[in-house]
Amino acid sequence: MRLFSPTIRTIPWLAMALLSLPVAGGLAGILAPALGWLPALGGDELTLEHWRTLVATPGLADMVRLSLSAGLASSLISLAIVMLFLGAFAETRALALVRRLLSPLLAVPHAAAAIGIAFLLTPSGLASRMISPWPSGWDTPPDYLFPGDPWGLGLTIGLVIKEVPFLLLMSLAALPQCQAQARLRLARSLGYAPVTAFAKAVLPGLYPLIRLPIYAVIAFASANVEVAMILGPTTPPPLAVAVVRWINDPDLSMRFVASAAALLQLGVTLAALGLWWLGERLVARLTRTALTSGRRQAGDRLWAGAGGLTTLLAVLLLGGSLVGLVLWSLAAWWPFPAALPNPLSLHAWQGALPGLKDPLAQTALIGLAATGLSLVLTVGALEAEHLRNRGMAAWAELVLYLPLVVPPVAFLFGLVQLQVQAGLAPGALAVILAHSLFVLPYVFLSLAESYRRLDPRWAQVAASLGHSPASLFVRVRLPLLTVPILTAAAVGFSVSVGQYLPTLLMSAGRLSTLTTEAVSLASGGDRRLTAVYALMQLLLPALGFTLALALPRLLMRHRSGVLNP
Amino acid sequence: MTPLDTLSPSGAIHTSAERTSDGRLSTGHALILEDIRIDQGGRPLLSLDARIAPGEVLTLMGPSGVGKSTLLAYLAGFLAPAFTGQGRVLLNDSDLTRLPAEARQLGLLFQDPLLFPHLSVGGNLAFGMPRKESLNASGKGSRKETRRARHEKIEAALEEIGMAGFADRDPTTLSGGQRSRVALMRVLLSKPCAMLLDEPFSKLDASLRQEMRSLVFTRVQRLGLPALMVTHDAADAKAAGGPVIELGAQP
Repeated sequence: MRLFSPTIRTIPWLAMALLSLPVAGGLAGILAPALGWLPALGGDELTLEHWRTLVATPGLADMVRLSLSAGLASSLISLAIVMLFLGAFAETRALALVRRLLSPLLAVPHAAAAIGIAFLLTPSGLASRMISPWPSGWDTPPDYLFPGDPWGLGLTIGLVIKEVPFLLLMSLAALPQCQAQARLRLARSLGYAPVTAFAKAVLPGLYPLIRLPIYAVIAFASANVEVAMILGPTTPPPLAVAVVRWINDPDLSMRFVASAAALLQLGVTLAALGLWWLGERLVARLTRTALTSGRRQAGDRLWAGAGGLTTLLAVLLLGGSLVGLVLWSLAAWWPFPAALPNPLSLHAWQGALPGLKDPLAQTALIGLAATGLSLVLTVGALEAEHLRNRGMAAWAELVLYLPLVVPPVAFLFGLVQLQVQAGLAPGALAVILAHSLFVLPYVFLSLAESYRRLDPRWAQVAASLGHSPASLFVRVRLPLLTVPILTAAAVGFSVSVGQYLPTLLMSAGRLSTLTTEAVSLASGGDRRLTAVYALMQLLLPALGFTLALALPRLLMRHRSGVLNP
Repeated sequence: MTPLDTLSPSGAIHTSAERTSDGRLSTGHALILEDIRIDQGGRPLLSLDARIAPGEVLTLMGPSGVGKSTLLAYLAGFLAPAFTGQGRVLLNDSDLTRLPAEARQLGLLFQDPLLFPHLSVGGNLAFGMPRKESLNASGKGSRKETRRARHEKIEAALEEIGMAGFADRDPTTLSGGQRSRVALMRVLLSKPCAMLLDEPFSKLDASLRQEMRSLVFTRVQRLGLPALMVTHDAADAKAAGGPVIELGAQP
């Protein structure tokens, strides 16, 4: 066991390498083809020709505008909802309830949420059925374009629904770090109304702590593919969707244009981040005097009401989506104004079962492998922190966010080109590694707080009783962290289940998971089958979370101190 | 309830005098703190030079912030990186200063009992016992015998603190006093060569405090262990009966 410490100490470096090398290599892998150089496809001279082709593409400006506006608008709306909610409900019972609901909400794959929203808000969806024929007076579905409205509203709604739980989780984790409770109580005792107290006393401390997650949200929203494919406009689509179309073009020479477009996507995402950063400066400057103006009340009732209302709306949208999915999956015949399908039938489920087997098995295997790898690296990196008695460096945290901030469509496509150039066969291993790029950061973010907060005296007691670092790691620290480790594993598994692009690109379309199937079904006309796949996408992570909650309660039911530390 | 210190010693705990491998009976070790100095970011925090005889309790008293607990952390091998320590820690002639924490054999008792919540009461005690713990002195025996021997030791130790039959209990179901007693037995079963007591009675209520003091100090004396105690409470020092060093706040 003398190898324990040296082994553990190398793990942070392995994790850093896993996160940074593919991103850097992937970006290099689109840079050269964008300039015309990819010998495997006959490109052996440097040229700007592909950029000219890209710029001449009709609708390119609209694509860029859509990516920017949907990215920034959805992030701004999400942040506003989260902050209003925290301001209105800090220190109430509602917050505790929401905290418990968060992990399952986060586990909803993007594609499933998007399909749910599409089915809910489409002209013949559950929402318009609920108000028809009375009071709307509609006997046939109303005439509006959804999903796929040209302004990207549907896309924005879909993104907001998924970003709110993520930002809320990150904010809740950050609140204790900025002594939110003490700040809030102090401000309240000085006579500030609740929301004003939150805005003036807590927010300035909270925002810097959640800046990286916000940037990850902006980057994700400006470069997302699957939500945009399901809810976004199609002619022209947002830029990232166009990149995927060019990548999948049977004419391989389009890959040069796709590389240039992927590089442009990187630029668009960086521009979105830059614009946001400018906005931050502006807000900081404009609010400087307001912070110390002494005003105790600034439309508090109104803001609190807005916080309650937006939260209610978000919950209704999510709940309505879920109900709609279930109803569609059970529908046989469902004419328009009827609120419920009649009769209910299991026909769609029975029909889907034979085809579900393979995607289900592949989703589970990829998810388990990527989660296992990420968990080993995360626990190793955190234990190394403990052994070195020093926290993570600031730059290391940036590396952790790298795959979340660089547009995946850019670096994953670059990796595909490297794969092609090196003559490597695409397959399950590449898919698992690519999934781990996105699973690892979430597993780490989910576990780090609990791991670092574990009372160091547990290890000290064990060491003073004669136990080596390896022994106390296995016999004390791991068992004490059973619950958070299993929760982190469930989070990681759900992230993997929801991945679309890494599976599609790294397997060259040869592996199908629940998510890739659901996304391709969503563009077809079969709502019943699509609903079945979207629900299966929800079911698998839900199973993971159920196991993570139930296993320790079952196995350690006589050790209540572990379950309720 | 029987006063704890009158409970019969059952032989579950061997004195450190029995530890020597050559069979010679030694008179226990002295804990020697040689020119210990602890700095915080280059600023001297505390210095100490002391010899603690077997069975003696040296008490360090002083206000919070003078570095009492930091000193214990240095002796036990857990000094936080913000501090630097100098000076040697010796048990008789053997130097502990360079050894890792797990090899120092210094039994540590904290304010909180810190019973591992993932182990049963008996599991906590077994966690403290050296691996090759068996009844026959040669240390040989089948795996089954070893397991039975460990089990018997645990039962005897529990009996000694008036908690016979508690081995399978969840530590969270114990009372505060029971937890403290189990924590003490866990340390003693690990056969320490000296004891470090970090305000071990400060979180107990008054009646339990009296009981635990006599329980701890009786064991320390009977086993001939040198002990270093840091505390706020003058009554602790009085009960320990040993020398007292008052640490003032540094200018």
